[in-house]
Amino acid sequence: MRFRLAEAMGERALGGARGLGRTGLFLAAAVRNAVIPPYRGRDILKQIHFIGVRSLFVIVLTAAFTGMVLSLQGYYSLRKFGSEGLLGAAVALSLIRELGPVLTALMVTGRAGSALVAEIGIMRIGEQIDSLETMGIDPVRFLVAPRMVAALVSIPLLTAIFDVVGIYGGYLVGVLLLGLDAGQYFGHMKGSVELADVINGVWKSLAFSLLIVWVCSFKGFFTERGAEGVSRATTSAVVISSVLVLVGDYVLTSVLL
Amino acid sequence: MNGRDLPCEPCSVGPPGDPDGAPILRLVGVDKVMDGKKVLDGVDLDIPRNRITAIIGLSGAGKSVMLKHMIGLLKPDRGQVLLDGVNICDLSRKELYETRRRFGMLFQSGALFDSLDVFENVAFPLREKTKMGESQIRERVRTLLRKVGLEGAGKKFPDELSGGMVRRVALARAMVMDPEIILFDEPTTGLDPIIRNSVLNLICRTFQDHKFTMVMISHDIPDIFHWCHHVVVVHDGKVVEAGPPEDVRGSVNPFVRQLVEGDIHGPVQLI
Repeated sequence: MRFRLAEAMGERALGGARGLGRTGLFLAAAVRNAVIPPYRGRDILKQIHFIGVRSLFVIVLTAAFTGMVLSLQGYYSLRKFGSEGLLGAAVALSLIRELGPVLTALMVTGRAGSALVAEIGIMRIGEQIDSLETMGIDPVRFLVAPRMVAALVSIPLLTAIFDVVGIYGGYLVGVLLLGLDAGQYFGHMKGSVELADVINGVWKSLAFSLLIVWVCSFKGFFTERGAEGVSRATTSAVVISSVLVLVGDYVLTSVLL
Repeated sequence: MNGRDLPCEPCSVGPPGDPDGAPILRLVGVDKVMDGKKVLDGVDLDIPRNRITAIIGLSGAGKSVMLKHMIGLLKPDRGQVLLDGVNICDLSRKELYETRRRFGMLFQSGALFDSLDVFENVAFPLREKTKMGESQIRERVRTLLRKVGLEGAGKKFPDELSGGMVRRVALARAMVMDPEIILFDEPTTGLDPIIRNSVLNLICRTFQDHKFTMVMISHDIPDIFHWCHHVVVVHDGKVVEAGPPEDVRGSVNPFVRQLVEGDIHGPVQLI
């Protein structure tokens, strides 16, 4: 009995280690194929359109309301200490350092990441990935590398757009609705936000881009068991990516601070 | 419809094992365990050059796994897969991709790319793997689509095609790189008898025109005996019989007898 339990535990541990190894090797292959020429320019542009351009509306909408609610909450909190003049700086720092990269990554995971898992997963169960292999075409180079490059270009740009729209959302509430002085709003922001804060946000969005494509394409690539498998892979990829974005945010914040 | 009436005749090379017609592909002592189950158990198999070989057996016997070993999609746990004497399991990834240029493969589902139309699907390997100009590609694809009877279907997408059309497009795509060996994973499963015979006829005509080596997994028993030169019977991950169709038909092996006759009584009891 005790022997069987040890055997089962050992098997699970080995399975886990094997899975981790496979995940790591997949990432290494994706990065290698993304870096080494020839580059698949047309596919990269197509993916930039899919991940970047087509996520624009949802990003703008989320950013506007995030900035607005930040401004609303911030105003009432800061007013208690008579510091409502710092609202612009508080909104900008929150967005640039944390909320911009994190919320952009979460929205892209939900919109483009899920589609990526489903698309690659359907190709897997439809034997299209095997078909690429039989033609002597590396499916990681063909399917994953262009998406990785596209995400590394698109997500930081989407994050920048999120930050700007969020700041103007905050302006709308703080200045136009609550009557704060516009000069104060932008003046304190200029004095408080440093280049290091912006760079911090860029690093985060680059890390999250890599993470989203890694998890989503891995899950799609190793989908099994038909339509149900695709659905399970999609759900688990979105959940894992979202959790890892939040965990990664904490880790990166503690390293970059 | 009698397959003997169709224009499928053995080609002129010597029999398998003959010094002039040495097997192009050999599986030697191949074992494969998947999900804890031994799927291939010491498989020894020769695929004769420039012949149509049919692999038959029950579902789950290991036929598709065997086919995937031949093209290096799966690696054996033990044993060798020899292509013209070279063990493809020892090749680097790059060498394996180069070696696969000698193959074409037609999957059961067709495995056409959903996002590409028929023309682009067939042109895909040429665009990806050759430096051919666009006009040459157009010419080659048109010729192949004409050959498989789909000349006007170039702009259609896979979801607009019938099962038989999908297999024909897949065959055109498998042939587009002029391979030496074409592997077919159940090319006629799920098709009605007329379409099935038209697909088999097309495979035979293709063989006669090009003399590819063809390996075909099939459940069309006993019809398949009319359409091939060599039959391999697989059961429980083992090759239980291999040889010319007439020898396999006359086999005394009880499993082979049951399979050929489709008898519900025999060594395999499903109910």
